[in-house]
Amino acid sequence: MDHAFSLFLRSIFVDNMIFATFLGMCSYLAVSKNVKTSVGLGVAVTFVLLITVPVNYLLETKVLRAGALAWMGESFADLDLSYLSFILYIAVIAAITQLVEMVVEKFSPSLYASLGIFLPLIAVNCAIMGAALFMQQRIGLEPTDPKAVTSFVDVVLYALGSGLGWMLAIVGFAAVREKMEYSQIPAPLKGLGIAFITVGLMALAFQCFSGLKI
Amino acid sequence: MNEELKNALLGPLSKNNPVVVQVLGICSSLAVTAQLKPAIVMGLSVTIIVAMSNVVISLIRNTIPNSVRIIVQLVVVAALVTVVSEFLKAFSYDISVQLSVYIGLIITNCILMGRLEAFAMGNKPWASFLDGIGNGIGYAIMLIIIAFIRELFGSGTLFGLRVIPQSFYEAGYVNNGMMMMPSMALIIVACIIWVHRSINKDLQEQ
Repeated sequence: MDHAFSLFLRSIFVDNMIFATFLGMCSYLAVSKNVKTSVGLGVAVTFVLLITVPVNYLLETKVLRAGALAWMGESFADLDLSYLSFILYIAVIAAITQLVEMVVEKFSPSLYASLGIFLPLIAVNCAIMGAALFMQQRIGLEPTDPKAVTSFVDVVLYALGSGLGWMLAIVGFAAVREKMEYSQIPAPLKGLGIAFITVGLMALAFQCFSGLKI
Repeated sequence: MNEELKNALLGPLSKNNPVVVQVLGICSSLAVTAQLKPAIVMGLSVTIIVAMSNVVISLIRNTIPNSVRIIVQLVVVAALVTVVSEFLKAFSYDISVQLSVYIGLIITNCILMGRLEAFAMGNKPWASFLDGIGNGIGYAIMLIIIAFIRELFGSGTLFGLRVIPQSFYEAGYVNNGMMMMPSMALIIVACIIWVHRSINKDLQEQ
């Protein structure tokens, strides 16, 4: 359990999706103009991560990895379908995003209206695909490695932590950006330029966590 | 070559650059630019994939039902990325290890989806091909500029060869370790935007 908890905390602070690996940058820069929508997007990303990463984990360990199909019988034991992983991952992500969209529309129209176009666009958010690919990489690590993912619980906590880390990053950035409206910025740096510098400085600050031992 | 095709090919190199003007594909351009070699391989892979997927989608654009177009686009792109990834694993394994998950992430690279949605869905294959090549090269140029600065100041090398002479180090010159951190890539991109927008004043935001 210690390992799972440290994995959870590490994925929020040390391996933060935005500040350590820069995944999901496009929507991060586009949707961070005010705090309210950024909270909505953060929740949606966390939610989709929490469903897709565990599903992809099951797919990886039960179907795709070399020898993973052994449960179907002797003749399947030496199959290696890992070259299909990109296509299947993205199909799972696209399908589940669609599903989440329909469920949210049915049961909470107000949330659906506030998320608007961002919900379907989560399918092409690099953070979702990135988390699935990192998960695939981490399955192969030694169990003693703090980054290793060894069980289903680990995967769920890793997905939750990554989502919360992404949300923390976008909400913090949106808050800074709201304040920045009032500052004097050189004309060529206005908008995009200063946004990049701000994210860069925030990422430097987050680097303090990298020595963290949990 | 008529005006429209020329625009599709040359526009993305500067005035309509995917990275610094359209802000697409930022994730990978920050993560793979610590050294020049992986940056160039990444730029090439993206160029090939954008051009090919633009052509494929443009060919079948009239048969795709509107409601499932994102999934169709994703599957086409994912298939192409799988081919490129297997190719890299077979012929230059070191670089494919260095690029790690970022090759797979080309699938969700915003440049691809952006170009497919904005251009290939409404244009003929040849124009789409040129648009893909132009955007891929525009992306590659940015990657190369960022990687050049980061590798030169971060480790004093270019393509892994020592450029800054030993006598500099003896005189007390030190490599800037900050450059190796991904966060500096963001600040370099910001500086490129600064220069680019000082030259092209019409791109400045109000």
